[in-house]
Amino acid sequence: MNLTLKIWRQKDSNDTGKMVSYNVTDISDHMSFLEMLDVLNEQLVNSGDAPVAFDHDCREGICGMCSLQINGEAHGPDRGVTTCQLHMRMFKDGDTITIEPFRAKAFPVIKDLVVDRSAFDRIQQAGGYISVNTSGNTQDANSIPIPKADADEAMDAATCIGCGACVATCKNASAMLFVGAKVSQYALLPQGRVEAKERVMNMVNQMDKEGFGNCTNTGACEVECPKGISLTTIARMNREYLSASVTKD
Amino acid sequence: MSTGKGMTSVGRKVLMALSGFFLLIFLLQHSAINFLSVISPDMFNEVSHFMGTNPVVQFALQPVLAFGVFFHLIMGIVLEMQNRNARPIKYVDNRPGANASWMSRNMIITGIMVMLFLAIHFYDFWLPELNVKFIKGDMTGLNTEGQYRYYEELRHKFVDPIRVVLYVLSFVFLSLHLLHGFQSAFQSVGFNHNKYTPTIKKLGNIYAILIPFVFIFIAVYHFITKTA
Repeated sequence: MNLTLKIWRQKDSNDTGKMVSYNVTDISDHMSFLEMLDVLNEQLVNSGDAPVAFDHDCREGICGMCSLQINGEAHGPDRGVTTCQLHMRMFKDGDTITIEPFRAKAFPVIKDLVVDRSAFDRIQQAGGYISVNTSGNTQDANSIPIPKADADEAMDAATCIGCGACVATCKNASAMLFVGAKVSQYALLPQGRVEAKERVMNMVNQMDKEGFGNCTNTGACEVECPKGISLTTIARMNREYLSASVTKD
Repeated sequence: MSTGKGMTSVGRKVLMALSGFFLLIFLLQHSAINFLSVISPDMFNEVSHFMGTNPVVQFALQPVLAFGVFFHLIMGIVLEMQNRNARPIKYVDNRPGANASWMSRNMIITGIMVMLFLAIHFYDFWLPELNVKFIKGDMTGLNTEGQYRYYEELRHKFVDPIRVVLYVLSFVFLSLHLLHGFQSAFQSVGFNHNKYTPTIKKLGNIYAILIPFVFIFIAVYHFITKTA
């Protein structure tokens, strides 16, 4: 198929940036979206132009590196997939596709379609961990009985890959689905309960400090999340936060 | 809900939800009392007189209500400004309708429309009441013929078709606001449960349609019966 691509080009973080149109031809509908961008970049390099910078790593929907706002939707028009899992069969011959970086004050553009998502790392560092002695005397996790339903729910929350689609798609650029998932994956397990109060308060404070918006429960994040993280994780974070703020010294 | 460095985003949304819950309860009692004007003018007069002269209602509940409305408005505007600031560069191609309802995305618009209606409502009912009771000092609630004045005053307001149309439109905006606001308040205070949330959503839809409909019905009823 032949396509017209309208892509955000920005030399660096100081550049104002603009949309630039490109044509790509003979794109197979079996290609992934990133493979289609690879074809474009080969074309650009061969003609002496700078290739379009975009994030990617595993290309199998696990690492959370790929992003892209495609035709106004985070990770494109398909559901439950990352951009690397998005197939060109979702588009038609002759389509014009708009490709922009994830937009948020907390995700500044580094170059072209690459944004700095280290705000998520700092939120994780603020409380997304458990403090355990790893000197060799660590208790076997399986020795602590955990209800299957709780373990499953914690695992569901832990599937969040931190890609930032929730922030990109939220009209408020809120990070609450990400933080809700990270709070939930620990809050549901006994190992995580020990530091639960400090965790939720520290992570929420860091989230606010990074400049993310407030959640207004539109539910857009849940729809666009490639891992299907549920809004129930945000409700749990709210409960955890309320409980911690009332009971913490 | 704060850490000494100001209120957090979670704290703000919880307070927004709590003031919303309070206003949901207020709307329920207001619509019930107003509906009395359709089924029994005498009962409407009695209840109106009680609500308008009882010191607990006037000097304890009314200031709380005024604060609740004011807080909900100001917090809504503050949140909207913060949220707009969180994405200073907008998308060239944005398709918000692909993943969220119009109601959930436009709470600030429907909310401001409801607040504009409140300005008309205060001008129509609240200011004249303050004038009669606290400036003229007439707490009897009686007209010149020695009968309660509330029912006739209400009927008189809905003679004007422009006012009726404004009321109907305003309650359509209220309905749109509640279609998202009702269930959203539960989520904000952390109540999301597989067993109960579907029921809350259904209840919210019923409330969001029924309560504004009652207000619309009352306005239209008095307009039609007065001019018939």
